[in-house]
Amino acid sequence: MKLLTSLSRLLAVATLGLGLVHAAHAADASAPDLLIRQLSLETIEAVKADKDIQAGNVSKIIALVDTKVMPYINFQRMTSSAVGRFWRQATPEQQGRLQSEFKTLLVRTYAGALTQVKDQTIGLKPLRAQPTDTEVVVKTEIRGKGDPIQLDYRLEKGGDGWKIYDVNVLGIWLADQYRNSFAQEIGANGIDGLIKSLADKNAKAAGSAAAAKG
Amino acid sequence: MIRITRMLGLLALVLGLAGCQTVRGVGTRIEHAVDKVMGSKGQKLDPWESWNRKVFAFNEKLDENVLKPVATAYSEMVPAPIRTGVGNFFGNIGDAWSAINLMLQGRFKAGVEQGMRFAVNSTLGIAGVLDIATEAGLEKNSQDFGKTLGKWGMGTGAYVVWPLFGPSSVRDSLALPLDWKASPAVVFDDGRKKVLITSLNIVNTRANFLRAGEMLEDIALDKYTFYRDAYLQRRGSFDDDDEVEVLVPGSGASAPEAAASAPLPAVKKPAEPASAATR
Repeated sequence: MKLLTSLSRLLAVATLGLGLVHAAHAADASAPDLLIRQLSLETIEAVKADKDIQAGNVSKIIALVDTKVMPYINFQRMTSSAVGRFWRQATPEQQGRLQSEFKTLLVRTYAGALTQVKDQTIGLKPLRAQPTDTEVVVKTEIRGKGDPIQLDYRLEKGGDGWKIYDVNVLGIWLADQYRNSFAQEIGANGIDGLIKSLADKNAKAAGSAAAAKG
Repeated sequence: MIRITRMLGLLALVLGLAGCQTVRGVGTRIEHAVDKVMGSKGQKLDPWESWNRKVFAFNEKLDENVLKPVATAYSEMVPAPIRTGVGNFFGNIGDAWSAINLMLQGRFKAGVEQGMRFAVNSTLGIAGVLDIATEAGLEKNSQDFGKTLGKWGMGTGAYVVWPLFGPSSVRDSLALPLDWKASPAVVFDDGRKKVLITSLNIVNTRANFLRAGEMLEDIALDKYTFYRDAYLQRRGSFDDDDEVEVLVPGSGASAPEAAASAPLPAVKKPAEPASAATR
């Protein structure tokens, strides 16, 4: 039961990490904690102001993610980390498809999670890093009813500022979370098998979401 | 209630223990002992996978055929405020156990805070039914003995799935008898009441996660692997940085200079620099 609790809370806010970023117009990516602070604040404001997002309008959320989030996420690194050692065996075309299906999977989760965001506030923990660090962890938590939901980000410093490359919900790093599942699928059915099973999951969920609406 | 007092007595006794440095090595020593008994199996992630999968499938069937339908009916019949009250009541007993475990982990300030939560909610919150403490700024911080063993240096060990109880690990299985003793049933002496209250706790918890459970089906490629990896990652990680600044919308988004070093007015600090430093 305890795990169910954590998992469902993971879902409830899951990938909020990715989504947190969606409202940022021109967030300041010059410092990692500054970036997360701005993205967090703007997300809370945006979610509270937008009834469509609260209702879980997937296409609207995907559009937001594409325009606002992606500039601050190194999604290739996130995907390659989840795929692990098999990443280098994949063709560029397979890599592209893996990336887009994995993104859809996470955004889809996020769309569902956003409908549950109500009275929460966000707590930011002090950055414990050296100024010279090029990879840091910024820790936050979603505070509402019950235990605060841990939400941490791994960021890397690149030429064009800091970028997020992994998200931790409730002690679970999402790229790590999928590594064994992906390896298992690749072991059984190859890289194309993994792409297919991700695509099937996404198509099935899209279908049931449409059915629920209609 | 007598038992809770007894538990708190135990806490006082154990406080001295926690202060002492030897405790840090206790977990590692238990881990070595367990490894000796189990041989190389103790080192692996999931040495009993085929057995675990069978138990997992059994638990899934049980959930599908019994628990989920009951929880669904319960959530339709019982109004949300009452379900919240039931959850708060159980959560309050959990807070007392969290307080003890935080103390055992050496996180005294956080432990006192959870103790205060328990005190405030038990009295002003009418035996915990109302969660007044959260509104007063005392955030919930759930801990259990499995986590405490982890903090003492013991790794999670291999993954185990128990019938009925569900996912666990070698470490958490060792802690389970103690955690179980501290479950909500502790306030009742009568065996039948214990069963009743435990059932209510399980059904109420399950009812809170009906929708999330369905979402989980959508994002897990293989549910067994997904549960296992989530369990081991979550139970093996420690988030014990108690210093937090609450972000208030409208105050910081357009004022980057505020983030440089000056804390915002809503800062809740400082907490345990000691625990932050030891990590």
